Amino acid sequence: MKPRDESELAEAIRAAAGPLRVAGGGTRPVVRAQGDALHTNGLTGVHLYEPAALTLVVGAGTPLAEVEALLAGERQRLGFEPVRWGALLGAVGESTIGGVVAANVSGPRRVQTGACRDALIGARFVDGRGEVVKSGGRVMKNVTGYDLVKLMTGSWGQLGVLSEVAFKLQPAAASEATLVLEGLDAGEAVAAMAAALGSPFDVSGAGWMPDVGAMLRLEGLAESVAYRVARLSAALARFGTARIEREGSGALWRALGEVAPLHGLAGVVWRFSLKPSEAPRVVARLDCPVVLDWGGGLIWAVLPEGIDARALAAPYSGHATLMRGKGVVFQPEAPAVTALGNGLRAKFDPRGLFSGGVGDGI
Amino acid sequence: MQMPVPNPAILAKKAAVVAALRAVLPADAVIDAPEETRAYECDALAAYRAQPLAVVLPRTTGEVAAALKVCHGFAVPVVPRGAGTSLAGGAMPTEDAVILGVARMTAVLEVDTANRFIRVEAGRTNLAVTAAVESEGFFYAPDPSSQLACLIAGNIAMNSGGAHCLKYGVTTNNLLGVTLVTMAGEVLEIGGPWNDAGGFDLLGLVCGSEGQLGVVTEATLRILPKPEGARPVLIGFDSNAVAGACVADIIRAGVLPVAIEFMDRPCIRATEDFAHAGYPDCEALLIVEVEGGEAEIAEQLGLIRQIAMRHAPVEFRESRSEEESRKIWLGRKSAFGAMGQINDYVCLDGTIPVSALPQVLSRIAELAKTAGLEVANVFHAGDGNMHPLILYNANLPGDLERCEALGADILRLCVEVGGCLTGEHGVGIEKRDLMLTQFNGVDLEAQMRVKDVFDPLWLLNPAKVFPLDLSAERRC
Ligand SMILES: Cc1cc2nc3c(=O)[nH]c(=O)nc-3n(C[C@H](O)[C@H](O)[C@H](O)COP(=O)(O)OP(=O)(O)OC[C@H]3O[C@@H](n4cnc5c(N)ncnc54)[C@H](O)[C@@H]3O)c2cc1C
Repeated sequence: MKPRDESELAEAIRAAAGPLRVAGGGTRPVVRAQGDALHTNGLTGVHLYEPAALTLVVGAGTPLAEVEALLAGERQRLGFEPVRWGALLGAVGESTIGGVVAANVSGPRRVQTGACRDALIGARFVDGRGEVVKSGGRVMKNVTGYDLVKLMTGSWGQLGVLSEVAFKLQPAAASEATLVLEGLDAGEAVAAMAAALGSPFDVSGAGWMPDVGAMLRLEGLAESVAYRVARLSAALARFGTARIEREGSGALWRALGEVAPLHGLAGVVWRFSLKPSEAPRVVARLDCPVVLDWGGGLIWAVLPEGIDARALAAPYSGHATLMRGKGVVFQPEAPAVTALGNGLRAKFDPRGLFSGGVGDGI
Repeated sequence: MQMPVPNPAILAKKAAVVAALRAVLPADAVIDAPEETRAYECDALAAYRAQPLAVVLPRTTGEVAAALKVCHGFAVPVVPRGAGTSLAGGAMPTEDAVILGVARMTAVLEVDTANRFIRVEAGRTNLAVTAAVESEGFFYAPDPSSQLACLIAGNIAMNSGGAHCLKYGVTTNNLLGVTLVTMAGEVLEIGGPWNDAGGFDLLGLVCGSEGQLGVVTEATLRILPKPEGARPVLIGFDSNAVAGACVADIIRAGVLPVAIEFMDRPCIRATEDFAHAGYPDCEALLIVEVEGGEAEIAEQLGLIRQIAMRHAPVEFRESRSEEESRKIWLGRKSAFGAMGQINDYVCLDGTIPVSALPQVLSRIAELAKTAGLEVANVFHAGDGNMHPLILYNANLPGDLERCEALGADILRLCVEVGGCLTGEHGVGIEKRDLMLTQFNGVDLEAQMRVKDVFDPLWLLNPAKVFPLDLSAERRC
């Protein structure tokens, strides 16, 4: 099924006889649902773009690339940093903006301007009853009613199918530079990143890649970036002399966002979101190829199949998702929290269309 | 404003409820003498009052859970309360409800600058959170004007904002975790000092749920390093429309100030009489603040000056010292106090698309004229969050009603141009009956289903947020 608009989508869901496998671009095959395919890539189009109000409203099936190109034309960008996991997860296809929302995809700029959940200001979706629900709107500040927008972000399509999403935008950076501290291992890098993120220099990315080292990004007006490059380099002198990457800065962060160093490695892919200072010990316990983002608060790891990475990494404060491979996809939660989640599923998807076949996980 | 008729069966059980609460809480944590519960009869929407059945003031999460279990057992509604500064009637009790105040839970539980978070009990005031980390060079970003008084618990329940949220976001963007006690008395940990949820984003749901999903007793909050410096400029214009256009151009140009505040003539006049901040006598005035090191501030202000000059401002006043900065902010910060001096007022809180600013301001002026009332505007222009202040005379019979009718018209106007009823104050009782102008029945039904999951008996703050007739069947 490939509905072309919201009412066709609602019709398709009302008419569904059994579980549905909702597919955006198919680039984030984390939740392995079964059932009839329901493609969202017919729900495309720009519904509203007001550069002077930093607002964009688009159909949820619109390709991410199209959104990015549109915004770039006005020297703007989404209020968070969408990244592509396709190559890492071994998926072909084109990311849709709704898929980005459903997975709460948030790249390196998470540490500065926040996650996809923070930039999403409105959403329309069709729930499992086939009802069209609207939450939020198109303005930056809105506390009218419960924030179902947050509930839908990162829900991996388990409560409904997004039809329209509205974002807060930001001006594209006039310039950027990256400080690279070479030769640091992951543990030393976390300390350097903590120092940078605790400084007043407005760091917009803090990650670590093997063979590169710790990377710290500064963005903004040209003079401001130059000033902060100098100040931050001095503040981090105890970690070594920073190499300043200007032309190559964008490519470095694209590689980090796509988790390029782990592409093509055999094994299963794990993603840990945790308290940053615990990263060095978790990395040591995992003892496998890793990439760090969010100052250490995000660890990507590739492990051999069959290893329970959560047990291996424990103890840690946070959660781990199995992004590629067989096993329990989502971090098990406390029973009372699981009960709330199940309660929400029962309300929004009483026929189990979207979660009936959800992975091996939930 | 209509409130449900208090349930006589509950009123009749008062003695038993109070005795059961006394049995599980320390003696000084339960208040039921009418002369003492009177202090809790309203919040900052003071036109509406009701005396609660009783008030409990627990000191620990365990005591909160114990109190809720008792109320749950008797099926008595509970109204969570912070400092009572809600402007929407969110903390207003009903006569058949127990107020559960968290104001005694003020401790700092953990400060962790390496991971940039603080964990506090939810009864700590907003300002005292920043005070706890200031000496280490950090601050908590959301800064409601009421920050000296309001509590983190209330901020979370209302998803409060402040002047600086243009850059730093509102409460939900700075909240990492909560300890939540459900109406049944179950204690849940949601989130923590890491980013984003591993399952559903329940934290995002709880934030802004106006005390209807659970009682928050502890919170993990993101803290940020203090910027090296900050400087405001004051820009005066001879029309609202030009000031609005200037705001749009600043946003468009790629400068991201931390705050863009707007005041119109009635507001400028009143604050000038009250605070003597030395504001120019003009139609509209912007305060734009930028942050960073000296060179960064100069670079941003240079750009803003260029943009402003294209709009022929009647004044462009750059602060050159701490004292001048203080004076520029003085009038803005005393605006509400100033209006309170000269009149009774109701403060609205709708948000509009920034692009609709000039149009909405002139429509408001027309509506006010028709209603025969005066409206002063002071608001966060960068994100379109308006605060029209409608002036009225509480001693004049019928004036409050006229004021409320005008308020409703203005909020409808906000929705009509693509905005919303409330940007940061919450729905409470004040905007409850306007919800159907922004949402349809299906949208609201979806929201009410969320409450069904967290609070199946609809005992937590039940008469708020949703139009009474829509929630009638669920409220017992
Ligand atoms: C002069 C003035 C200026 C203001 N300026 C701003 C501003 O700039 N920005 C802004 O956003 N707001 C502003 N406000 C509104 C108000 O201060 C905020 O809504 C504030 O967050 C309320 O906090 P409180 O502690 O007073 O909560 P209360 O008023 O006591 O309660 C507010 C809501 O929170 C719920 N609640 C309280 N405690 C809990 C808990 N422990 N668990 C669950 N729910 C709970 C209550 O039931 C109620 O619904 C202003 C108010 C005044 C009077």
